[in-house]
Amino acid sequence: MATLQLDRVTKSFGDTHVIQGVDLEVDDKEFVVFVGPSGCGKSTLLRMIAGLESATSGDILIDGQRMNDIGPADRGLAMVFQSYALYPHMTVEDNMGFSLRLAGVDKPARREKVREAARILQLEPLLDRKPKALSGGQRQRVAIGRAIVRNPGIFLFDEPLSNLDAALRVQMRIELARLHEELDATMIYVTHDQIEAMTMADKIVVLQGGVVEQVGSPMELYHHPCNRFVAGFIGSPKMNFLPVQVVEADADGVGVRLPGGDVTRVPVAGEKLSPGTPLELGIRPEHLVLDEAQGPLSGEIQVLERLGGQTSLYVRMDDAMVTLMADGDIAHCVHDTVRFGFESHRAHLFDAEGLALPSLEKHPLAGLRRQDNRVASDANGA
Amino acid sequence: MTKTRAAGRTVGGLRTLSLQAPAVTLLLLWMIVPLAMTVWFSLQRYNLLMPEMTGFAGLENYRYLFTDPALWTAMGNTLLLVGSVLAITVVGGTLLAVLFQQEFPGRGVARVLAISPFFVMPTVSALVWKNMMMHPSNGVLSWLAESFGLPAVDWFSSLPLTSIIIIVSWQWLPFALLILLTAIQSLDDDQVEAARMDGAGPVAIFFFITLPHLKRAISVVIMIEMIFLLTIFAEIFVTTSGGPGLATTNLAFLIYIQALLDFDVGMASAGGVVAVILANIVAIFLVRMVAKNLES
Repeated sequence: MATLQLDRVTKSFGDTHVIQGVDLEVDDKEFVVFVGPSGCGKSTLLRMIAGLESATSGDILIDGQRMNDIGPADRGLAMVFQSYALYPHMTVEDNMGFSLRLAGVDKPARREKVREAARILQLEPLLDRKPKALSGGQRQRVAIGRAIVRNPGIFLFDEPLSNLDAALRVQMRIELARLHEELDATMIYVTHDQIEAMTMADKIVVLQGGVVEQVGSPMELYHHPCNRFVAGFIGSPKMNFLPVQVVEADADGVGVRLPGGDVTRVPVAGEKLSPGTPLELGIRPEHLVLDEAQGPLSGEIQVLERLGGQTSLYVRMDDAMVTLMADGDIAHCVHDTVRFGFESHRAHLFDAEGLALPSLEKHPLAGLRRQDNRVASDANGA
Repeated sequence: MTKTRAAGRTVGGLRTLSLQAPAVTLLLLWMIVPLAMTVWFSLQRYNLLMPEMTGFAGLENYRYLFTDPALWTAMGNTLLLVGSVLAITVVGGTLLAVLFQQEFPGRGVARVLAISPFFVMPTVSALVWKNMMMHPSNGVLSWLAESFGLPAVDWFSSLPLTSIIIIVSWQWLPFALLILLTAIQSLDDDQVEAARMDGAGPVAIFFFITLPHLKRAISVVIMIEMIFLLTIFAEIFVTTSGGPGLATTNLAFLIYIQALLDFDVGMASAGGVVAVILANIVAIFLVRMVAKNLES
């Protein structure tokens, strides 16, 4: 229903440059998630798209039309706030119909639209209640309902789930994904929670310090992070980083010396690296495997967290702490020394600037979008 | 189990009662003694000019009072004064609160200045208004009128009650502003922004978001102001002394006239009892309304 382009958009508050030149394309019906640590400018960027903040420079285009000077109500957007921002003195029905009332829609038509949105969100029994008589999840649904009633081209969500408890958050996450499919609308979603980003997004925009670090599908970001920040931010638990040194480099990959002294070849492009160059090797906890016989790395277990199906090991190596996800049934104890290794194509190498050396082969899932996923499962069902 | 609990409650009840007793006794004496004395005096023949006339008068003081046209004039004046000042301060206070909530340079200083009239004592402010603002020959208002070529207005003789209303409103507007400004600051920014996204302009935001948010604070302002406005005295005493005629005599001033100008303590007490009853009638409605508002 609507596309969005940001063209070198910046925002400054006095001398503070909150957004420093963001370019972004959002396609029709795409679910885009802005993710980043707090203070990275993701909410400001969303508010600029909404029209609640003005851009210092650059263009914001919706459906190809420049929107910088158009008020928030006329951009064809609807926003769901973190605090829900329901009007406390109005019933659920009046809350949802408020925009229509202001637009001068007559009562029967208003009622019909509100009922329709309420049906989608299963809010029908609550229409006569005031917000304070609702639970957090219900309030959240009303806030979403208020957005649906406006029939916007683009939905904006500003950390909508962060006030909910963990169980409800999972439920609302699924509900939002379902809504995206049912409403067939473009959605832009801001969160600091990388799990929300991974599970819902077609496209993730990772922001830090007002700069876009990387844009891509969840699997692309997971398998091919373009720098150390994205690598550390996407994935849970966090990726491990080990200091390594280049031993040899050719067209098939880069051989690096691990802290234990062993050499491993990582299939990344780095032909021009000279031996002795210090690099950082990134390896995800779930890709480290215990290997008592010939694991190239070793260390002492400092903390052991048994989750049942899985066990997290926090292992102290000589000069680094490493997190390791192992099977739930391992018999190790705290202070045991363990040996472990990894498959070399799982590793990432980062240079002194923190940029990733590009992988030689692309992960088969890296180009996958959520819709493709759906198509694939449909095909399986048939 | 039940036994211990029951016993515990008795002990606890006794204990708390003994702790409450001093406060309750003090408040009871504080309230009951003057009230009982007023009621007692109102049933006595008690005029300081006629010390030989004493004794129980029954309801005679009340009969005189209720047949005295001054009482009804005073009651009318009281209601008019209270009603007008309430309307002016609540409407003006709300608008000023919205105004002072906007960002502008020097907002902090402007807020303090706007609130400062409340700290001026009523006698002083009434004197300032009488001698410097509304004085027919050297007042600021008449100077203003003259500079526009208009005749000067002798405020206290031609518009006596209006003048009192203006003075009292000037004093109480800052109070309303103070309470409402505090209330308006607790309005959630997200709500205003959500309304903006929903297409509400400044006027719609005021009526649909700000005003409902201020409802509670407004009812508190009305209740507190009403309590004080029913007993306005200093402003009238300093400026018009209740005149011309009875044009600015309210209940408080009428009681003063009877007690301290006519020296008729019995009549004044009867007037006082009437004032107490009036205040209570108002209070019952008001407290109900406010309580209902606070609950929701």
